[in-house]
Amino acid sequence: MSLSAYVNGIGVLGPGLTDWVATSAVLTGAAPYVPAATNLPAPYLLPPAERRRTGRVVKLAIAVALEAATRAEENPAELASIFSSSGGDGHNCHEICATLAGAERAISPTRFANSVHNAASGYWSIATSAMAPSNVLCAFDASFCAGLLEAMTQTSVERRAILLVTYDTEYPAPLNAKRAIPDGFGISLVLAPERSSRSLAQLSVALTERAAEPMSDPQLEVLRRSIPSARGLPLLSALARRRPQETILDYFEDTRVSVTVDPCV
Amino acid sequence: MTTPLLLSRFTATSCIGNGLAATLESLERQHSGLQACRFETVELETFIGEVAGVDAVSLPADLRRYDCRNNRLAELGLQQDGFLAAVQGAAQRFGAQRVGVFVGTSTAGILQTELAYRRRDPESGALPDDFDYGATHNSYSVADYVRRRTGLTGPAAAVSSACASSAKVFASAQRMIAAGLIDAAVVGGVDSLCLTTLYGFHSLQLTSASPCRPFDRNRDGISIGEAAAFALLERLPDSTDADAILLLGVGESSDAHHMSAPHPEGLGARRAMLAALSAAGLDAAEIDYVNLHGTATPSNDRAESLAVSAVFAANLPCSSTKGATGHTLGAAGALEAVISALALQHQLLPGGVGTDELDPNLAVHYLRANRRQAARRVLSNSFGFGGANCSLIFGSAG
Repeated sequence: MSLSAYVNGIGVLGPGLTDWVATSAVLTGAAPYVPAATNLPAPYLLPPAERRRTGRVVKLAIAVALEAATRAEENPAELASIFSSSGGDGHNCHEICATLAGAERAISPTRFANSVHNAASGYWSIATSAMAPSNVLCAFDASFCAGLLEAMTQTSVERRAILLVTYDTEYPAPLNAKRAIPDGFGISLVLAPERSSRSLAQLSVALTERAAEPMSDPQLEVLRRSIPSARGLPLLSALARRRPQETILDYFEDTRVSVTVDPCV
Repeated sequence: MTTPLLLSRFTATSCIGNGLAATLESLERQHSGLQACRFETVELETFIGEVAGVDAVSLPADLRRYDCRNNRLAELGLQQDGFLAAVQGAAQRFGAQRVGVFVGTSTAGILQTELAYRRRDPESGALPDDFDYGATHNSYSVADYVRRRTGLTGPAAAVSSACASSAKVFASAQRMIAAGLIDAAVVGGVDSLCLTTLYGFHSLQLTSASPCRPFDRNRDGISIGEAAAFALLERLPDSTDADAILLLGVGESSDAHHMSAPHPEGLGARRAMLAALSAAGLDAAEIDYVNLHGTATPSNDRAESLAVSAVFAANLPCSSTKGATGHTLGAAGALEAVISALALQHQLLPGGVGTDELDPNLAVHYLRANRRQAARRVLSNSFGFGGANCSLIFGSAG
């Protein structure tokens, strides 16, 4: 059993990876990978009042989502979306838990509203006026493939374009000793059920018990292993190389996802 | 139009009862499980729907690292109504990789982190060694627990769209079954009491100091509850019992309006209900009862009444069961799905508990007393922070 869809747009942001064009050059070997702190742009799409309230996780998600939607030439307001993240906003969570452990317990209403796992989805819908359905997932380290499978099924069953956004940000101390995510990393794909002039490649996915494939570049392999969303890097590599290729992505310890990439050009 | 799915087994555990029989009995006598808050060290003037006996639940030895209130509540829920055995049967029939797990939660086991923060090392600030973030706090921990407890190896995720979470699990499962990636799915919702939600909703002035009063003229906020509710979804067999419960349609939308307030005219809610009707291939007139989101905040009930009255006839019976169960947040969608299934099977439209004086400005036919009435199709609403909306339609097979 395999499911297929077309990739019409890609967004990436991570340590030393500033967008899809730059990332594509690194993944094809045309440019060296130079690690650097993830630089998150301010979410200018949001009204100022909302913009001030957003944390790093929301900025990251909006940045990659916007890149993919723009490259796919899609109106974000019309796109249904899937947001999948291995955790929420660790900084916000730390502040709430620290306050609740104190004497006053007076947590900030804005912090509480931002603590929901669907904060990025909510701010994205406000920023883009998107009233289409948005589903928000978490599968801990398996969150990239959880989002990919949800997006692939939704686009093929509902026959509509889907914006997939997977994203993770670092946790502050003391949580980072329990959940060591070094920096922010996000991937976004616009998937569509039919081939169009904007289609970059066809993806076919299936469950498999075969082992996940590592990245050949040691530093990118460190990235793949240290941030859950970066488990999608082998798929981005295949898309960047523009050659037919099957790659196995890490999902659960008992089940992985096979993705076959067939370029459209 | 989507293909109906069978709820081959379902169960619910909340403050009105552990399992279907106790839940039905409470609904029949319009019993509320809400009590003045004595939870943990919380000092708030509010009422809560606490499930009795959660602390006494023990997890299987090989899953001890998952031990926290939320997973104990999940375990308690899974043990009711032969649910675990039904899932094992599905795994045997279809194969463990052909059965998905989709569990809605808003806070999972964050209580574990709240407690760990009280035990930080006074010098280094480090969290205690026994604290396990991934197995207890992380949103996925409860879906992971259910997946391991049932031995399933198929696709799995926590769905976390605040208070719409465990309605949306039905959509994820239905699509994955339709796509042929799986043959069946365990769907559900588990959310447990914690300080983040009790103090958080209080900070937004959204909790009531008295038991919540949905659709009441004097409603002034929610009562937070906790619950674990599950259903086993699969394709329709060639023949089903007349009282079998089917998932007929799911509708979803986003408000695109505000993080913690509904669209004032209920536009997103209206779109979700219309999408559910369209998915089910039904006209509004074919719905017999609406289980409202009905949180008892002034803004939710106003927006929801506008949305419901824009879609349905003015005499359509509807009610909120949150006066009995409290608002179980990420578990509410699944809990109210099970209550909707009980309404269909037992021809009982549950009257809303806790409402003294209906708000005359809310133009819906709100039931305060139970009504014995044959119902073939019911719609259940769940809306959440971030503007997440989901409506589910269930029907009888016969």
